[in-house]
Amino acid sequence: MNSSKLYNAVFAAGIAFILACLMIGVKLDTDSTVLAVKGATAEQWAWIFGGIAVVFLSQLFSTQVDALFRAIPKPDIQALLPQQQKFATLKPWLIAAIIVVMMIWPFMVSRGSVDLATLTLIYIMLGLGLNIVVGLAGLLDLGFVAFYAVGAYTYALLSQYFGMSFWACLPISAGLAATFGFLLGFPVLRLRGDYLAIVTLGFGEIIRILLNNWTSLTGGPNGISGIAKPTLFGLEFNRRAKEEGAMTFHEYFDMDYSSSYKVIFLYLIAVLLVICVIYLINRLMRMPIGRAWEALREDEIACRSLGLNRTAIKLSAFTLGASTAGFAGCFFAARQGFISPESFIFIESAIILAIVVLGGMGSQLGIIFAAIIMTILPELAREFSEYRMLLFGLLMVVMMRWRPQGLVPMKRPNLELKQQ
Amino acid sequence: MSQLLLDVNGLTMRFGGLVAVNGVNLKVKNRQIVSVIGPNGAGKTTVFNCLSGFYIPTEGSVMLKNEQIAGLKDYQISRKGLVRTFQHVRLFQKMTVIENMLVAQHRHLNTNLFSGLLKTPNYRRLEKDAMEHAAHWLEEVGLLEYANREAGNLAYGQQRRLEIARCMVTQPELLMLDEPAAGLNPNETKELDELIIKLRDEHEISILLIEHDMSLVMGISDHIYVIAQGTPLANGTAEQIKGNPDVIKAYLGEE
Repeated sequence: MNSSKLYNAVFAAGIAFILACLMIGVKLDTDSTVLAVKGATAEQWAWIFGGIAVVFLSQLFSTQVDALFRAIPKPDIQALLPQQQKFATLKPWLIAAIIVVMMIWPFMVSRGSVDLATLTLIYIMLGLGLNIVVGLAGLLDLGFVAFYAVGAYTYALLSQYFGMSFWACLPISAGLAATFGFLLGFPVLRLRGDYLAIVTLGFGEIIRILLNNWTSLTGGPNGISGIAKPTLFGLEFNRRAKEEGAMTFHEYFDMDYSSSYKVIFLYLIAVLLVICVIYLINRLMRMPIGRAWEALREDEIACRSLGLNRTAIKLSAFTLGASTAGFAGCFFAARQGFISPESFIFIESAIILAIVVLGGMGSQLGIIFAAIIMTILPELAREFSEYRMLLFGLLMVVMMRWRPQGLVPMKRPNLELKQQ
Repeated sequence: MSQLLLDVNGLTMRFGGLVAVNGVNLKVKNRQIVSVIGPNGAGKTTVFNCLSGFYIPTEGSVMLKNEQIAGLKDYQISRKGLVRTFQHVRLFQKMTVIENMLVAQHRHLNTNLFSGLLKTPNYRRLEKDAMEHAAHWLEEVGLLEYANREAGNLAYGQQRRLEIARCMVTQPELLMLDEPAAGLNPNETKELDELIIKLRDEHEISILLIEHDMSLVMGISDHIYVIAQGTPLANGTAEQIKGNPDVIKAYLGEE
């Protein structure tokens, strides 16, 4: 054992000690009217020192620990999975099974779970949209939430001022968000990387501040409330129909009223939207335009030399990515019934970007998993209260350290050639 | 007489006060291999950048098939049948070999969003043609068995050949190769030599070549232009260039 090991161990233990003392060892508490610093209980101190000892020893004996881990036999995952060809025939059935389970599942669980699942589906949609821009076309966009906001406000305003229905507003929201994507695309055509990130960050803030200050139209920070919920061919999910002569869902089907119908209905719409988005983007990725996006990410100069119009390709990536966010925004407004600029702050953009990066750039399956983890984990970790964000951050650091390519890295399609 | 394909007159490129290229003339006829040589920093690649539209030349005319192309956008020029490779290989590294070939055929495909989403018969037919065309060219350069490999994982010589195949699949009339033999071993250089001759003789295209490997240049060129410090120094056949005292001076320095 050499001295550098010992030095490392002492150093790591010292850092752990300082961090633990600051975060857990002392606590600020209100003592009647004044703030008082309180030390931790003896039991907590025992835990802290136990933890420090673990850090110290694991650093000191890191080679032995590594060797131990390496000795654990790794399961051969390739052997466990069915053969590729068998898998190809199984795939449609597998997808069908998943869809059926997703349709039946909400009827058996609590309202809260269905609601959380709906939120997850919104994030899946957003992740898939941003994936076009960041994962495929390689254009770093930090203001993606702006398009989400445009979609949400489009529906909210159209519904409030003109009483338009959710279904009519869905394509309008997507179209308007796409227009904004197109408009943003123009000034940033020549930018890449860091510079593009800064401009999109600014764009996101502009939209939010605009919504916050255009009080006469958007209601400013008070937001818009009472946004109409989606209907099923005109059937409402309220206890009583709002309009004269209209019928509600439970009246039409002669059932008792239950508020969970509405939640489940929203969930099913979300499932439908997500399936549409997945299918469309999956097709796009295999079409010339999808290949051109990736080519642009890989080498812009080579693209130009091969006769690809980079303007058209970049704008199409921005436009289609934004329209997906518009879809998600419209649905979000309908689900919440209330929106305000608070819902579209920068941290939302960051979370969507984290979903794309954690899932694996360009990989649809990875993004779906990442969206599930990123929305469900904070809910599960609710009991840790203040340490929640700490755990969240830790997860990201660990992921990026050990699996920088993401949860499920993108797989290249295997194209069959006639000659072979 | 074979026809004039590319006619460059008085091509000049200035960057501020620096004159990188000064009054260069080039002529390429149909089915000809023409080389541009010169010491390092002579402005050869700048000439290529001007021809392919990466730079807009300050002065001079570039006629491709009697049509002025100076000032057109890079992608417009390549659609007119003039494509190039790069001094440092520029492949779509993370995409497969076959995908590289399909991207190059982008403008020959049905890029309409809706016909792609609906898989219309026209879309399918063009996509199938593109695959066959790509497979044909991969076979020509001996890369068919690597079709589904990531381009970045190929050996260096294979990457060079893939870059040429990727250009050929766009159906060019003039192919510009920027130092294609750089970094190749003698065997690979010989294969490249054969490939270039095959492109001219069997596929009937013209080739404009920048190269430092003199044995390659002297062996295959129909005509050679020498550029030194941005200005044209000499031009002629391989024999004429070899004996030209100015050229020897430019390469070896004065006594």
